[in-house]
Amino acid sequence: MTESVRGTSRVKRGMAEMLKGGVIMDVINTEQAKIAEDAGAVAVMALERVPADIRAQGGVARMSDPDMIDSIVNSVSIPVMAKARIGHFVEAQVLESLGVDYIDESEVLTPADEANHIDKWNFTVPFVCGATNLGEALRRITEGAAMIRSKGEAGTGNVVEATRHMRQILGDIKRLTVMSDEELFTAAKNLQAPYELVAEVAKTGKLPVVLFTAGGIATPADAALMMQLGADGVFVGSGIFKSGDPAKRGAAIVQATLNYKDAKKIGDASRGLGEAMVGINIDTLPESERYANRGW
Amino acid sequence: MTIGVLALQGDFREHIAALAKLGENAVEIRTVEQLEQVAALIIPGGESTTISLLAKSTGLDLAIAERIKSGMAIYGSCAGMILLANEILDGRDDQISFNAIDITVRRNGFGRQVDSFEAKLKSTLFADLMGVFIRAPKIEKIGTNVEVLAWVEVQGERTPVMVRSGSALATCFHPELNDDGVVHKYFVDMVHNQQS
Repeated sequence: MTESVRGTSRVKRGMAEMLKGGVIMDVINTEQAKIAEDAGAVAVMALERVPADIRAQGGVARMSDPDMIDSIVNSVSIPVMAKARIGHFVEAQVLESLGVDYIDESEVLTPADEANHIDKWNFTVPFVCGATNLGEALRRITEGAAMIRSKGEAGTGNVVEATRHMRQILGDIKRLTVMSDEELFTAAKNLQAPYELVAEVAKTGKLPVVLFTAGGIATPADAALMMQLGADGVFVGSGIFKSGDPAKRGAAIVQATLNYKDAKKIGDASRGLGEAMVGINIDTLPESERYANRGW
Repeated sequence: MTIGVLALQGDFREHIAALAKLGENAVEIRTVEQLEQVAALIIPGGESTTISLLAKSTGLDLAIAERIKSGMAIYGSCAGMILLANEILDGRDDQISFNAIDITVRRNGFGRQVDSFEAKLKSTLFADLMGVFIRAPKIEKIGTNVEVLAWVEVQGERTPVMVRSGSALATCFHPELNDDGVVHKYFVDMVHNQQS
């Protein structure tokens, strides 16, 4: 008798392990999805508007049209992710029924619940969630997230927040590893995360799930910076399809993510890419328009 | 003796950790020069299309094909199996096929991520073998000179999931995500027998 079980933590977290060292690209139609696959993306994020457009157009941002997600699922062979609003477990149920490979419970969309995130243990499909610090990452893992991405500030083309969040998460982890046992109890209290998980991270020196970076990556050097800081891979949202030559820039970011320690290859990948997306300086963004503040 | 793990994309660190646990010397392979330094190679899990594209851009596609031809021991898990297979269904036309094992595999043949599963396997070699299948390829046809070492039973259907052809080994599942290390031990023994 062979028992077969779906949706286990090992299967959900393992899926993210397979994406490591890769670039996940935001796409809004099948044409872009194919360009992303040709460029070497390990997965695509299907959404109706890239964050830069959500920012520009305003209004409530929601889960994408199932027709649009279906068409992207059918157009590429690589995994397809899609976004649900924070706390909107029905959008997540719909995305699971569509057969997407990963759900991003994302601060880029307008939150549907200002107190609670989705109980992700209830799902067979795995979830990725954003975090700005270790406490937030561990709360999301406690709720069942199988992958974490640093939030950065999506749709700005400005890498500064991604850098801040990666340094914060990894710095928080480093500090745990040198704490004594009694200090870990206080650390758990301060991080607002379960003690068992805090103790595990202190012992292993890493998150129990894969850690990607997102939010503001626009160039090959940005991607390599994130990898050198310790990311397992990168999400690129507006940075590719809001640039002058998406196919070329996408491929260049893939090369820089692979060769992230090789300055010469990163330089070669950076040549003649045409215009990068126009960025936004974070200090000109009012607090209310900072997506990274969403999530609790 | 050193075993290389192709480190273009995917869970290569888990393979290196599994080899290290067995006391083996394991290194990441990203260039043709690095490949020349190793006695054997593992192609990890990941996205087979991405690994293919990056192997071509680094020249590793030709270098690996050459080493396979000269008899180097090689093991591929999941995406790695797809690259080693003679024939790929539902793949991209431009993806690499090293023709190391005469099998026909279907990419994501067990379904999408929501269908990914863990199961106990049946095997002629291992007593309690568990398999972690993640968007796994399915072997649809076994050709010549292929030995089946393990099977999985899904909905009453028995499917081969671990195969060997000479010095090439492949699994649909990810033993690198398990702690038991038996599949890696089997491969390491293959390499040692070949070297002695």
